[in-house]
Amino acid sequence: MSWNLDSDRPIFMQIIEHMEYDIVSGVLPPGSKVPSVRELASEASVNPNTMQKALSEMERRGLMHTERTSGRYVTDDEKIIASLKTNIASVGVEGFIQQMKRLGLDRDEVLKLVEDNY
Amino acid sequence: MSSLLKVSSLTKKYGNVTALNNLNFELESGHITGLLGPNGSGKTTLIKIICGLLQPTLGSVTVKDHPIGEESKKVISYLPDTTYLGRSASVRETINFFCDFYKDFDADRAYDMLSSLGINPNSRLRTLSKGNREKVQLILVMSRRADLYVLDEPIAGVDPAARDYILNTIITNYDENASILISTHLISDIENILDEVIFLKQGDIVRFCGVDEIRSNEGKSVDSLFREVFKC
Repeated sequence: MSWNLDSDRPIFMQIIEHMEYDIVSGVLPPGSKVPSVRELASEASVNPNTMQKALSEMERRGLMHTERTSGRYVTDDEKIIASLKTNIASVGVEGFIQQMKRLGLDRDEVLKLVEDNY
Repeated sequence: MSSLLKVSSLTKKYGNVTALNNLNFELESGHITGLLGPNGSGKTTLIKIICGLLQPTLGSVTVKDHPIGEESKKVISYLPDTTYLGRSASVRETINFFCDFYKDFDADRAYDMLSSLGINPNSRLRTLSKGNREKVQLILVMSRRADLYVLDEPIAGVDPAARDYILNTIITNYDENASILISTHLISDIENILDEVIFLKQGDIVRFCGVDEIRSNEGKSVDSLFREVFKC
């Protein structure tokens, strides 16, 4: 279980999140070949049908595309990847801000903490 | 997607006791389906009817449009909940026996899995531990190139590490068009590999739906839904 999937959220959504992370962080570089459905299913310990569903959804979002004979590739469109990165980061930052607000910290205190710890 | 297994108006009574009550469902090719229910809910009865070991009281079951019989047994690979292998035979002899018996048996695949699980083919089954005997039995069942694998409690007696290996074997080795029907109590161990689940309660199907549907509609795992539906 190297992918650490939760059982109470749809698996295909978690697969998408995991692979988006891999694309943004360069584990799966732009234009690189995506491993086969079966390999990925085995690595993530999930059903191949579920993996297939996740990859199709990523194709629909323009993050991957299929070459008819040679398999599936990560998009080489840097713009798509950059905007994906911004999206993922925004979600993370939003959660962080909520958490800091619950702790009762104001904007300046938070910024100072970020400065000190980054 | 075509229908592989079709169960129509299936009822099974043991004397006055109704074990299965008018079941209707179909399984498609290429799906992994969990058959879940508490003890005595009819899981093994249903499985035994599908495999031709019990006769239904009413209704019918077809596999690839064949009634249960010689043709259906050719395409179903069945793991029973009890052991049926000769204890004095060696693993190798048992594999040879399966090769003779089933045209679709792949001996190389069986030997591969045995060596991954560290089981010596020359051991006699009598000398193996209970867990290792279960592994051998599952290896024999998964080494056939069947259309439908019916597994009755396949991982109950094996350790967690071997369980992971076995689940991985199931994911990587089954044919894209083959289906698996798997009955178990160990829901949390297998729920990530399931496409859909059948919840059986006292002979009735109370749920038949996709597992991701459960997660997105109810926000909980199959395991917690099971605990809720079958709360004692």
